[in-house]
Amino acid sequence: MYVKRERSPSLPPPRSEAGVVGWLRANLFSSWPNALMTLAGLALLLYSLPPFLKWAVIDANWLGDSREGCLPPLGDAAGACWVFIKVRLGLLMYGFYPEAERWRIDLAGILLAAAGGQLVAGSLLRAATGRGRRLTGLFPLAGVLLSLALFGILPGLVACAYLAAPDILARARPGRLLLGLAHRPQLHLAARLGLAAGAGAALALGFGAAGQGLAVALSLLAASLIFIALGAYGQSAASVRFSLLLGVYPVICYALLLGGGLDLPLVDTDNWGGLFLTLVIAGVGIATSLPVGILLALGRRSRMPVIKALSVSFIEFIRGVPLISVLFMASVMLPLTLPAGMHVNKLLRALVGVSLFYSAYMAEVVRGGLQAIPRGQYEAAEALGLRYWRVMRLVILPQALRLVIPGITNTFLGLLKDTTLVAVINLMDILGILKSALADTRWLGFTKEAYVFAGVVFWVICFGLSRYSMLLEKRLKPGRN
Amino acid sequence: MTDPARARLPQRSLLTDPVVRAVIIQIAVFALVAGVLAFAAVNTAENLKRAGIASGFGFFNQVAGFDVSQSLVEYSRASTYGRVFLVGLLNTLLVSSVSIVVATVLGFAVGLLRLSGNWLVSRMAAVYVEILRNVPLLLQILFWYIAILNPLPGPRQAMSLFDTIFLCNRGLIIPWPVFLPGSWLVLVAFLLALAGGAGLVLWARRRQRLTGKRFPAYVSSLGLIILLPLVALAAAGFPIRWDLPELSGFNFAGGLTLQPEFTALVLALSLYTAAFIAENVRAGIEAVDKGQIEAAHSLGLRPAPTMRLVVVPQALRVIIPPLTSQHLTLVKNSSLAVVIGYPDLVSVFAGTTLNQTGQAVEIIAITMLVYLTISLAISLFMNWYNARVAILER
Repeated sequence: MYVKRERSPSLPPPRSEAGVVGWLRANLFSSWPNALMTLAGLALLLYSLPPFLKWAVIDANWLGDSREGCLPPLGDAAGACWVFIKVRLGLLMYGFYPEAERWRIDLAGILLAAAGGQLVAGSLLRAATGRGRRLTGLFPLAGVLLSLALFGILPGLVACAYLAAPDILARARPGRLLLGLAHRPQLHLAARLGLAAGAGAALALGFGAAGQGLAVALSLLAASLIFIALGAYGQSAASVRFSLLLGVYPVICYALLLGGGLDLPLVDTDNWGGLFLTLVIAGVGIATSLPVGILLALGRRSRMPVIKALSVSFIEFIRGVPLISVLFMASVMLPLTLPAGMHVNKLLRALVGVSLFYSAYMAEVVRGGLQAIPRGQYEAAEALGLRYWRVMRLVILPQALRLVIPGITNTFLGLLKDTTLVAVINLMDILGILKSALADTRWLGFTKEAYVFAGVVFWVICFGLSRYSMLLEKRLKPGRN
Repeated sequence: MTDPARARLPQRSLLTDPVVRAVIIQIAVFALVAGVLAFAAVNTAENLKRAGIASGFGFFNQVAGFDVSQSLVEYSRASTYGRVFLVGLLNTLLVSSVSIVVATVLGFAVGLLRLSGNWLVSRMAAVYVEILRNVPLLLQILFWYIAILNPLPGPRQAMSLFDTIFLCNRGLIIPWPVFLPGSWLVLVAFLLALAGGAGLVLWARRRQRLTGKRFPAYVSSLGLIILLPLVALAAAGFPIRWDLPELSGFNFAGGLTLQPEFTALVLALSLYTAAFIAENVRAGIEAVDKGQIEAAHSLGLRPAPTMRLVVVPQALRVIIPPLTSQHLTLVKNSSLAVVIGYPDLVSVFAGTTLNQTGQAVEIIAITMLVYLTISLAISLFMNWYNARVAILER
């Protein structure tokens, strides 16, 4: 009698179910309609992609520095003329910022890349491997070395001071508050003085009443006071880094980019332009719209009827009108509302318009987060004896903001994309520069190259930001710390 | 820490009393806002007086004296600024409503394709969404207008689709129906068919509820709506004809010419907004619990009825609110028309009219008011619809 004593080996899956064929069958040709859709998709790809690649890469003209490089004897007229972009690259990046002074923008960029890169890389590495603190230290080091090598001793020292400060401060008293709890009242006072000085600087600058020297001095004072107050609370290098980025970096940028003192020649904001101006507007817009939006959201949920009514009407009004009309209002009506002789800088007008507009949207996003916090959290915080601002700052806002990170990022992305609208009120952002470059009679007809290039620039920034926010969201999920 | 017993003591300062504090804060904030507004108002009045600009709405009756490239109502150089306002408003409404329809249809299609089991198709839909929504709308409008539509050849070398739709530097030329006398019969037939179809559906529903017998109401009412107007069309001797565009001389005769500005704006607005709508649709459908579909299948429903009776009604509840705000955004974004010179409200009224008359305050206030009204109207309608499809909580 036959009894099978060992297990027979398991057969491989049928050819049609495994491997490439199986994958194709499951994902592309599982049914008739599906197969048809696949074929239609393939046809669309074949119809659109090869001509585009042929235009953008294969037949494209990269060499030369004049129009001749793109015309038949030297180049191929059927391909894209990237020479046009190459020749205009400086203008597209820096606008009409004097060429001799462009290193100032580069320095600001390097500082931001080093400080921001460290923060971003820190979270990326921690998400991927769970550690990687060491490696992120390379960013400040590279920043300092780069500044020293490219710009000389003095800028290098500034970079060194700015980038190395967090680590020095954090090492001074590791694992503890830099200043003891007993110093809290002084810190509060410093923060308040800083806020007041900052407001004063903004007003002085806005109305042009004070010279720029005074404004710079005031904002320096403001930033350092706020920084001390914020940074001294920080227990980790990362929190010091954040407060430096929020408190000190803007001041460095202001003094560096505008100049007018410290041996730096003044570069008027009328000469600012290109991608640089786009990033300045986006940065200022982001940095002001979030705090103002939080205040408006708190106002909307306030128990005081006047505050609530004012917040609601501001938010709903702004959200009901297009940004373009707000920008028109800022550029046409704002000068009308000021006493004679008072002049508001064109860039500042655009900044006010963009920031106000987006703070209304930010307020609605933050309100969503506030509403999602259970009542018990408010009540528990109040039961502990905390007063309104402490309840908000220590208990409610940290939870609420974490919930709405996707919304905040979406608003930021919207802001970044909408900075292009300032071209309508004649600021020379990247689109404004492109428009003037296209009007150059020597380079007529390269419109596709121009807009494809600008589109790619924006796409890279926006796509990168949205991916980073997804990561941040994952990392900040409650329960993981 | 405050001692609760001491907190109730009568001699505490008035300033620490929450009620008093609230009143003081509110008065201070109100005074600040009112003060800033009053300061602005006084300065504006003074500045306007110095510039010699009379305030008020008298300019509405003045002659505008400039041309507008596209208008739905009669307009000439001799028309008034009031007329300019009307022309701009209608153009804004036209371009927004066309774009809303296109964007919604395209957005639903892309959103559904992205959920398809077909790997290639869903990837292509994802690429569409990621590219379109990460590039500024203004850039897209300029791209379509300046880089694509403007360099097109003239009418003689126009690109054509089956010799009925033409694309050239004059714009997009499409066939358009002409209504000869007798068309009213077709219209009446169409309305009758609509009413009949609705009645049929109601009757079929009632019959199914009472007797359990089913009747293919949707198919038969669709047939009614198609057939009855066709019969009327034949009876009236075909009074509605297609006016086909035809090349004559240096331009097209017949058909309807959509100007390049209009075409570029509709293209950019609808492609851009469709990417956002596609994401809303995808999120809405993914929000329907898988168990709902499995339960429907186990009840014996086939895929199509599962979709129609179980998935779509639940997904719509999630989709509608963000869809509304996309539509609202689209209407507001249509104001970007100003960069390519499409004569919308912002372009001809807040642009040309403002520059000519200098009535900045009135014109910007009116423009903002118009957009506020449109926003409010759309959101009211959508709220009504949303309340209709909302689940009845028990």
